[in-house]
Amino acid sequence: MKPVDFDYVKPTTLAAAVDLLAQGNGSVKAVAGAQSLGPMLNLRLVQPELLVDVTAIPELLGTREEAERIVIGAGVTHARLEDGDTSERTQAVLAQIASGIAYRAVRNRGTIGGSLAHADPAADWLVCTTALGAELLLVGTAGQRTVSAAEFVVGGFETMLAPDELIVEVRVPRLSAGSRWGYYKLCRKRGEFADASAAVLVDDARGFYRCVIGATSGRPIVLDDSRPLSELAGAAAVAEALSPTALAGDAFAIQVHAAAVRRAVRAATA
Amino acid sequence: MSTASPNARLVSLTVNGRPVARLAAPRTHLADFLREGELLTGTHLGCEQGVCGACTLLLDGEPVRGCLAYAVACEGRAVTTIEGLDQDETAARLREAFTAEHALQCGFCTPGMLISARDVVERLPDADDARVRVEMSGNLCRCTGYVGIVKAIRRVLDDRKAG
Repeated sequence: MKPVDFDYVKPTTLAAAVDLLAQGNGSVKAVAGAQSLGPMLNLRLVQPELLVDVTAIPELLGTREEAERIVIGAGVTHARLEDGDTSERTQAVLAQIASGIAYRAVRNRGTIGGSLAHADPAADWLVCTTALGAELLLVGTAGQRTVSAAEFVVGGFETMLAPDELIVEVRVPRLSAGSRWGYYKLCRKRGEFADASAAVLVDDARGFYRCVIGATSGRPIVLDDSRPLSELAGAAAVAEALSPTALAGDAFAIQVHAAAVRRAVRAATA
Repeated sequence: MSTASPNARLVSLTVNGRPVARLAAPRTHLADFLREGELLTGTHLGCEQGVCGACTLLLDGEPVRGCLAYAVACEGRAVTTIEGLDQDETAARLREAFTAEHALQCGFCTPGMLISARDVVERLPDADDARVRVEMSGNLCRCTGYVGIVKAIRRVLDDRKAG
């Protein structure tokens, strides 16, 4: 399959990019590495008139270290995060997440912002940035706003991004020294989208306790509580968590998601 | 290659060390640009959705999917296809090892396999067999069962360590 005959533009400023998005009446798509949008285009599941390439916008391309958080430009590739400085705890966690995304040839092009904007329920960054308590900086023609990763996704492949908005930054709070992190995804083949996934963060120093269940066919399920991890990982707790989703009552889905939570907990407590 | 598109424009790339400028519609991905425009048919197209790895080539030295990189988005960059690795030492060692270990049968996946294998050998010199399998998981082969491919990469990794 080949995509429809779209036009293409590569603005060099954020202002120009959001203006172009605003003029498109929904028939324009922002694109960075095209590792999520590319297959959608090639299969003609998306048929835009215009692609706005955001990879020449300086605000999207850098990462910076702040005292309380790590700020990642939305256009930073998975491979760059994978190759980051793993001597620092938060960066090591980000590198570990990145290294499990698809394949190196995909990670060399695919970006964290693109993955979040695409919002595939089974995608790694969606689940993990939610579990890490990350915030996203969104910029549109009307100005900018900050939203949590947890609230950013409203459903499967559906986010709160307005047609003229871009994700500019992903802000990940630094993990405390004694914090515990675990992420596990079940894939029948390495690198494919997960059948079930879960991420767990226990950060006593910051009073942050979160378990996120992913690949639910809708938005990630966030469990914010300090129940003992062993209880969280029980099949009953997972069945209850999945009850408001399309997977409610699906014995296989409950079993594989419970396994993902159990293994994420095991990784966090190892 | 749909150069008749009203959206077509001149795309300039360096392909295997040679400057190339050719009209292309923005929807033309790198693999089509190279296969149909430059007749570099070593880059194979399987799934055209980023899964099979047959179209893997090097963009500024890094492996990428040829089917998921639009040529227009690669303006000014350097592309290396399997044809451009004839004189590359690592690729030469891999070709020998693929032959010795029966790492190919029909050959459809082989260009992509060699590009990815070269990346593994150069980027991860200490990779064990399990890591090699993980790193090569984005390249599908329907003939070999992968055993020969892993052995071939193992052979080159070991040879390079031995000097």
